[in-house]
Amino acid sequence: MRQSIIHWFRFASPQSFYPLAGRLIPWFWAAAALFAIAGLWISFFVAPTDAQQGEGYRIIFVHVPASWMSMFIYMVMAFWAGLGLALNTRVSAMMAQALAPTGALMAALSLWTGALWGKPMWGAWWVWDARLTSELILLFLFLGFMALQAAIDDPRRADKAGAILALVGVVNIPIIYFSVKWWNTLHQGSTINLNKAPSMAQTMLWGMLLMALAFWMYSIAIALVRVRAIILERERHTEWVKHAVE
Amino acid sequence: MQWNSVGEFFAMGGYAFYVWGSFGACALLMIAEPFLAKRRLSEIRKSLIRERIADELEKQQQTP
Repeated sequence: MRQSIIHWFRFASPQSFYPLAGRLIPWFWAAAALFAIAGLWISFFVAPTDAQQGEGYRIIFVHVPASWMSMFIYMVMAFWAGLGLALNTRVSAMMAQALAPTGALMAALSLWTGALWGKPMWGAWWVWDARLTSELILLFLFLGFMALQAAIDDPRRADKAGAILALVGVVNIPIIYFSVKWWNTLHQGSTINLNKAPSMAQTMLWGMLLMALAFWMYSIAIALVRVRAIILERERHTEWVKHAVE
Repeated sequence: MQWNSVGEFFAMGGYAFYVWGSFGACALLMIAEPFLAKRRLSEIRKSLIRERIADELEKQQQTP
């Protein structure tokens, strides 16, 4: 037991996390590619035409995964930032920093694909609806986190300030999630509900889940690539970094 | 499969702009982001290698 704890804490040091991340990255890229191929195949060739929305509904296969990932990445980012704040572990703060750009990308994709879906179905690119507005706030939280960290020169202080921003912003996640229930919105309700059977065709559901897995694996791979760069940038004056690059 | 021709597939039942605009934006950003992140990693690596070569040269000059 005690040994296994030590084993895990070993990876909390940049020195041992850097090579571990390097070994894991190709596996996550491969998984992302496989899930994407399967997911895209179902999205375009297996899932039937929707009775109400025709072929336009196929946007769901990127819109829902991007939206899920934007919320999930935010929670993971806040978790690492909070852990870094509490335990003062360097890798956690670097991990939070590595996740922010990908989270912003997912939030932007969610809004972009949502606009392209809203125009033909609702007749508007954008409405100030609870779901859309709270997702826009999520994008601003990611951008604010990045801007705040970039604005503070001392990286350790930047970590602390960023962590507080990230933790306060967590309140937005349940607002996004429940917005379609709490307010009367134009945005449709959850496609997948824990309490009842999904209100969509099985093949559509599978396509969406596979695409979500592809986005998930992609996010892990890209965050690991970025965290390696951040580790080298921030640890460049340490002895081990000098020997880590050949 | 519901497509009778390649043209029909690309037309997306009249929603081509919206469907391809969504998938295209995702593809574009999800290709660009890894490219940028890998460039960032290789730049810091190159800079570290340059630094080490400079250190080694300095040592050689000091001990002739």
